Amino acid sequence: MKKETLSTLSRKYLMALTGLFLCFFLVIHLAGNFQLFLPEAQARESFNGYSKLLSGNIFIKAVSYILYASIIIHSVDALVITVFNRKKAGKYEYDKRGAASKWYSRNMGVLGTVILIFLVFHFKDFWYQYKFGTLPLDAAGNKDLYEIVIRAYGDIWYVLFYVLAMFALGYHLLHGFYSAARTIGVYHPRYVAFIRVFGTWYSYIITFGFAAIPLYIYFTHY
Amino acid sequence: MKIFLKIWRQKDAKSNGKLVDYEMDNVIPHMSFLEMMDTLNEKLVVSGEHPVEFDHDCREGICGQCGMMINGRAHGPLKNTTTCQLHMRSFKDGDTIYVEPFRAEGFPIKRDLKVDRSAFDRIIGAGGFVSVNTGQAPEANSIPITHEIAESAFDSAACIGCGACVATCKNSSAALFTSAKISHLAKLPQGQQEAHKRALTMVAQMDAEDFGHCSNTEACEVECPQGISVLNIARMNWEFLKGNILK
Repeated sequence: MKKETLSTLSRKYLMALTGLFLCFFLVIHLAGNFQLFLPEAQARESFNGYSKLLSGNIFIKAVSYILYASIIIHSVDALVITVFNRKKAGKYEYDKRGAASKWYSRNMGVLGTVILIFLVFHFKDFWYQYKFGTLPLDAAGNKDLYEIVIRAYGDIWYVLFYVLAMFALGYHLLHGFYSAARTIGVYHPRYVAFIRVFGTWYSYIITFGFAAIPLYIYFTHY
Repeated sequence: MKIFLKIWRQKDAKSNGKLVDYEMDNVIPHMSFLEMMDTLNEKLVVSGEHPVEFDHDCREGICGQCGMMINGRAHGPLKNTTTCQLHMRSFKDGDTIYVEPFRAEGFPIKRDLKVDRSAFDRIIGAGGFVSVNTGQAPEANSIPITHEIAESAFDSAACIGCGACVATCKNSSAALFTSAKISHLAKLPQGQQEAHKRALTMVAQMDAEDFGHCSNTEACEVECPQGISVLNIARMNWEFLKGNILK
């Protein structure tokens, strides 16, 4: 019974706060990506201009560091919590406890790992390319990230991997969003009911919104 | 009814246990699960075997003493039921039933199905009370409390401390138990004075007792014989947060 440096609740606050920040980021990210649904010429100009705007803005740069930190803290904290819980958990010879809860609420670590693997590819193919790769330029002289996006989604397996990862994200959010609200202490039944509904809609919109992009590009361009 | 049992037998806290097979003929569907266990024990005593030890007391579903994992579920297959209120009519003739103790790092097994749940007592001891050190109980109606608040506090207070929440939790978290005690007192004017301090000391004790993190799977509420709401956990989180900021 040694004294831990952080209480179990504090570790969960850290998960909730970083998770909610990532939820907020997803909204901004998806809103920006919706430009990809514009007619091609307009989408190219708008999307590349938007990328230029974001990459040149000092405020966005500061927020991006919070984003990187959130991803790292959320992942490391999850690992710490999982290892800790595994040590404390009772193990049964015959176990049907799963009947009392949702499968995705018990497998946040697995879903999170899928998302993390996805992020490695996502960062490599877009973030790294934009920051450090050599990109063609569009008519306005901006780096043509739009072209990179279109090329990436030409491969059906890549598209399917994206869609699958978005469903992992969807289930992760379905539990994560209201769980975060619970952790930071929203206890009034009225607000809890609202958050439950809001979180479900939020998860659907994020999942189908992001999953639609590679599918849309694959079917309209290839 | 004929019932096949696979019961966890363990000699003491230190030895390794194993599932042992027993057969029961003439089980009456009206028997409670514990009466079935009693019948098995009578048989074992007659044959010179050590009876299966298990915790029980009131057998009315209100004391929180009994508790077993029955077919992999805390207190058996029914929702919101104690082991003593489970009856053999919930099973079929010829069923095989697995019976294991509640398992968690914070609940060491003493023998067979008997589990040491004194960790819960120590969590209560760390702050689950109102510090009034002198005099007799004051007149009950001298502090006005609305009906809604009294009912809500009573809903939290209904926790019988059986430990099913811990047993069913994949993380063996004691969040539902601890939060029910914290919320019960935080809702009432008598308990509000120490609400923040109580949240901090009780959570610290909960952590010291080797329970895991709550990951909000809500299995505890499903298995809890009293249907204690998981919103108590939200309340505990809130009181703990306030306590940390205001301490």
